[in-house]
Amino acid sequence: MAVTTLRLNGAMISAREGQTILEAAREAGTRIPTLCHLDGVSPVGACRLCLVEVNGRLMPSCVTKAAEEMDVRTDTEQLREYRKMIVELLFAERNHVCSVCVADGHCELQNLAEELGVDHIRFDYLAPECGVDLSHDRYGQDDNRCILCTRCVRVCDEVEGAHTWDVAGRGARSRVITDLDRPWGESSTCTSCGKCVMACPTGALFHRGASVAENVHDRAMLRFLITAREEKRWTV
Amino acid sequence: MDLNDLIALADRERADRAPVELGVCLAASCQYSGAEQICRSLSETVVAGGLAGRVRVRKVGCLRLCSEGPLVRAEGEGTPPVLYRKVTAEQAPAIARAAGGAPADGVATADLNAPFFSMQRSIVLENTGRVEPERIESAIAAGAYRSLSLALHEMSPEAVVDEITRSGLRGRGGAGYPTGLKWATVAKMPPGQKYVVCNADEGDPGAFMDRSVLESDPHRVIEGMAIAAFAVGADQGFIYVRGEYPLAIERLDTAIRQARRLGLIGSDIFESPFDFRVDLRIGAGAFVCGEETALLQSIEGRRGQPRPRPPYPAESGLWGCPTLINNVETFANVPAIIREGADWFAGIGTQGSKGTKVFALAGKVRNTGLVEVPMGMTLRAIVESIGGGPPEGSTIKAVQTGGPSGGCIPSDLFDTPVEYEALKALGSIMGSGGMIVMDQHDDMVALARYFMGFCMDESCGKCVPCRSGTVQLYRMLDRIERGVAAPEELERLEALCDMVKHASLCGLGQAAPNPVLSTLRFFRHEYEAKLIGKNGEGTHSPIAR
Ligand SMILES: Cc1cc2nc3c(=O)[nH]c(=O)nc-3n(C[C@H](O)[C@H](O)[C@H](O)COP(=O)(O)O)c2cc1C
Ligand code: SF4
Ligand code: SF4
Ligand code: FES
Repeated sequence: MAVTTLRLNGAMISAREGQTILEAAREAGTRIPTLCHLDGVSPVGACRLCLVEVNGRLMPSCVTKAAEEMDVRTDTEQLREYRKMIVELLFAERNHVCSVCVADGHCELQNLAEELGVDHIRFDYLAPECGVDLSHDRYGQDDNRCILCTRCVRVCDEVEGAHTWDVAGRGARSRVITDLDRPWGESSTCTSCGKCVMACPTGALFHRGASVAENVHDRAMLRFLITAREEKRWTV
Repeated sequence: MDLNDLIALADRERADRAPVELGVCLAASCQYSGAEQICRSLSETVVAGGLAGRVRVRKVGCLRLCSEGPLVRAEGEGTPPVLYRKVTAEQAPAIARAAGGAPADGVATADLNAPFFSMQRSIVLENTGRVEPERIESAIAAGAYRSLSLALHEMSPEAVVDEITRSGLRGRGGAGYPTGLKWATVAKMPPGQKYVVCNADEGDPGAFMDRSVLESDPHRVIEGMAIAAFAVGADQGFIYVRGEYPLAIERLDTAIRQARRLGLIGSDIFESPFDFRVDLRIGAGAFVCGEETALLQSIEGRRGQPRPRPPYPAESGLWGCPTLINNVETFANVPAIIREGADWFAGIGTQGSKGTKVFALAGKVRNTGLVEVPMGMTLRAIVESIGGGPPEGSTIKAVQTGGPSGGCIPSDLFDTPVEYEALKALGSIMGSGGMIVMDQHDDMVALARYFMGFCMDESCGKCVPCRSGTVQLYRMLDRIERGVAAPEELERLEALCDMVKHASLCGLGQAAPNPVLSTLRFFRHEYEAKLIGKNGEGTHSPIAR
């Protein structure tokens, strides 16, 4: 297998052929913030948090393959500022009041805000009225907390194979929907496997009847399922 | 059909010409102002007056002076052509009767020697307004499909790519990517299924160049695509037209059927081993579906959302196959380049921008409509000579090019030539060809807000900077325009513009801040004058509103 070498924040690192910059950086122990990325499902490059500077140009590291001669910077002043703004935009876009959220304490958006030093929001809180769907007997969907990362859509389509979720509308009016915008509980495709809930980074998808402390998104379970399928390996 | 059949068909069609021909523009804008009825009335007069042997009425495409429509062009032996403007159905009989002699009394005419016409140079539009878009015979008489025959019989695919490369043609869809390089990339991909796609989504507000070409001379685009397919090794083409162009769709559909019937597309074209089929795909009017990766998704039947590039469509496009995607006007240049040669084309224009560009000239000028000018012509020549300068009481302040992805160029920089690089250096873009002239009454902040509103509505919603950033930018601009913004707002506006421009996934988001940044660059005072506390609290304070 071919190996390439590239420069990451000044140091030389190696990457296997086909690896993304994000994967290579992780192996080298360098953290790059991500949000729409989910190991095991296809990347979409949508949240733009993982942008890095490659030879002076900004590229999403989750979809950009590592290549020879790349000089990658993951933590410039500009990138830090952009990431902060993106997280602020997400907080302003819908309704993210952490103290009354089922995901408080285990939310990737909240963690990122902390990591990036977001202590106030410079944009208008839009707080549009979004629905809450409690028609499913085990899970709930609160659109007010959704950041449109489409992880649920991809995990349901690519791992479960049900394609219950999809995106409707466009622009700021985009929403994730089940089936053809029918209540989740009435969905004829949903297998109630719960993978979307495991995949959701925020409190938008949650277990019903569970306390905030219990509402942990079980990413390890998801990781296990994906590894098992892809590599036929049943131990992690 | 072989070349001899084609030539024979062209000869027959030419021999059938009447001594006097009346061309009625039936492109969308004239059609909507009543051209159909005029056409009927002309035909009736010809029949009733026993003029049928001398005068023929033809349904042609755009005659360019769109704002003066309906337009009728009379052309005949022995008299100079006449262009009647603002024709009414009542005037039609007089026009028919006058045919071949002096212009009809009491009908307004346009001066065909005026700069609006004489300063234009036609390549893309060379047959627009001359051929009948609904009759392939008429297009063939004007030379259609001769270049395709030439390419198939006398050139290799490599030679065609080379010709296009040497011509210096660049994409007319906005970004100006070298067309030859794109063709070469697709051609060099391993043999196998490949596609050619024509981008006819034309979603910029105020732009109607591509529509006019499709409505006036559809065979030109089909021929350009066929030549491209031969050059890159594709056998299937798609034309993606926006649903808001029903007439263009209808004429393309007719054109494809007629070309197929004559064997000019299909299998074994011109008795060569080359096969090429073309199908139409109708868009549902989302601006973002003009972005190439979103357009391809849409053709595949998926949600029209861009995806990160690379891989570029040339490498992995429709259903993962190498796909060549070019704009309507880009393809429309191809037959002329093959016919006249690369050197001829490269001799027109400037160092980095060859050939001509079609603009939809609109706004505060006397003559608005479709204009095709050689690259390198100054904005001043277009606005003041071709456009005829401002109407009474108006002082021109700027021109806007590139629509929601472009910028404004102030009147003191009107000596700038129309060129990809020169316009870019001023923070605007060539764009696909919208050109809006603005005068002293036009408010730059309002303009920036308008375009931001457009981008906000048209954002696909996939990536955060564009989906959410445009909403916040719109609100900031709206506050500034209404005079309720604090001075710090301008800094926040600039900072967010910078992020959206650099962090968005596709060209829509990346270019959405352009109208703001360019008006800030040249008309910053208009923004500042509206901020609270800048110009005395008075007129613009929130309380006053
Ligand atoms: C938001 C957006 C809208 C676009 N709309 C169009 C369009 O309507 N027509 C077009 O030809 N190109 C459009 N483009 C450019 C295409 O992505 C692509 O560059 C072009 O079709 C390539 O053809 P060309 O090389 O012949 O210009 C658009 C790009 C973006 C980012
Ligand atoms: S529901 Fe959760 S996983 Fe799905 S798009 Fe929204 S935030 Fe992402
Ligand atoms: S920039 Fe806008 S239109 Fe393009 S992918 Fe992002 S949200 Fe969609
Ligand atoms: S993680 Fe790469 S764009 Fe979201």
